[in-house]
Amino acid sequence: MAAADELTFHEFEEATNLLTETPDAATTSRSDQPTSQGHVAVAVGSGDSYGAEDEVEEESDKAALLQKQQQQPGFWTFNYYQSFFDVDTSQVLDRIKGSLLPRPGHNFVRHYLRNRPDLYGPFWICATLAFVLAVTGNLTLVLAQRRDPSIHYSPQFHKVTVAGISIYCYAWLVPLALWGFLRWRKGVRERVGPYTFLETVCVYGYSLFVFIPMVVLWLIPVPWLQWLFGALALGLSAAGLVFTLWPVVREDTRLVAAVLLSTVVLLHALLAMGCKLYFFQSLPPEHVTPPHQAASLPTNIPLSPTLPRSMAPS
Amino acid sequence: MAEAEESPGDPGTASPRPLMRDLKAVGKKFMHVLYPRKSNTLLRDWDLWGPLILCVTLALMLQRDPADSEKDGGPHFAEVFVIVWFGAVTITLNSKLLGGNISFFQSLCVLGYCILPLTVAMLICRLVLLAGPGPVNFMVRLFVVIVMFAWSIVASTAFLADSQPPNRRALAVYPVFLFYFVISWMILTFTPQ
Repeated sequence: MAAADELTFHEFEEATNLLTETPDAATTSRSDQPTSQGHVAVAVGSGDSYGAEDEVEEESDKAALLQKQQQQPGFWTFNYYQSFFDVDTSQVLDRIKGSLLPRPGHNFVRHYLRNRPDLYGPFWICATLAFVLAVTGNLTLVLAQRRDPSIHYSPQFHKVTVAGISIYCYAWLVPLALWGFLRWRKGVRERVGPYTFLETVCVYGYSLFVFIPMVVLWLIPVPWLQWLFGALALGLSAAGLVFTLWPVVREDTRLVAAVLLSTVVLLHALLAMGCKLYFFQSLPPEHVTPPHQAASLPTNIPLSPTLPRSMAPS
Repeated sequence: MAEAEESPGDPGTASPRPLMRDLKAVGKKFMHVLYPRKSNTLLRDWDLWGPLILCVTLALMLQRDPADSEKDGGPHFAEVFVIVWFGAVTITLNSKLLGGNISFFQSLCVLGYCILPLTVAMLICRLVLLAGPGPVNFMVRLFVVIVMFAWSIVASTAFLADSQPPNRRALAVYPVFLFYFVISWMILTFTPQ
């Protein structure tokens, strides 16, 4: 690709140093690059993320050029969408690993996406999360019923629909709002351009991956452990988002940067809390007969069966 | 798919032989799914009758009791249909976007036919449930569903994996896994009221 040729001019002398520091960076070079330049181009990409501000600026200029080149096929053609699925298994796994372990110097967009955002990750991570939420929420009810046979078990299939709609709306509408806001504030920043819409979607999509093991671990019916896992996962996920957004909002006024970052973290926390409260509460026996009220109950462990009122079995 | 033809000597009566030929083709594909080998029959002579029959059967068996409450029961007939067909279309689109060289309807055909083991599992589960609830009952159903789920995955991967470039095979197969997992979950959690 032409971008690889442009990048090699500036960073050639640092390539060997960077290769020795990050030997595994070479293994993610894409197959369509000439192999003689492959390792150099990849080392350039990882070099940008080591916090040097000048390189970030040049990288973003080249990113803007690259985006223009990549949008040559019209959006009504199949090839246009195929360019968003141009990833290998190893690249997707690499991006997932990158989202699980956010590091302050490593910007997810620059380090892992490298101007090739994909839609495979966000789409299928959201689908997996929605189904895992519905399935484990149902499993919690099964386990609760084993402990307390008066709880009425039902497949609760409507939760699949709710989970799907809410996860997809979050993962696509919030990046849209964020992208719009960052573009609106573009005038204030001189040096760093905003991320494209797809890169923002990618960041959010991959950051949701850590919720999948968190949801599975929520099957363990120990409340403080559930809150601990929730806090850990939320911390990792929000940290990834903040580290990615920081280079872009850093040049804005402090107030705007603080408000933006705290809104991002807050929305993420609301998503996690909403999942916990809606999918992981089991019905206490007194609320069995009007099941449509069950969704408003915030308890997440079954109450002891020694309640003053006993329900007629349904 | 074969068109119904009238044999020239019988005006006004459709000959039954094309229908039998279609049914035989569907049956042959069922056999190919149950004993997956590296053969091209499913791909070459694709048809969507088999998947339709299987989907309708599965949706009818999974249908919730009409006396069940609106919010809390199992899937409606339409929900099963939507999940199966929308899921199959999404997986096919995903496979094609990743660069696979399988045609749209061939992929739908394979995914639809490979629901056959899970439909058999649903039949067995309904029969087992007639014996009344209990932990042994649940273990038997769990075992049957797991075995059939693995069978579906193996059968569909045998047909679909070859059409993908080798460095993206896992990306194309994972949605198939998710698809059959969701269907297995619906079968396992089916409770007659």
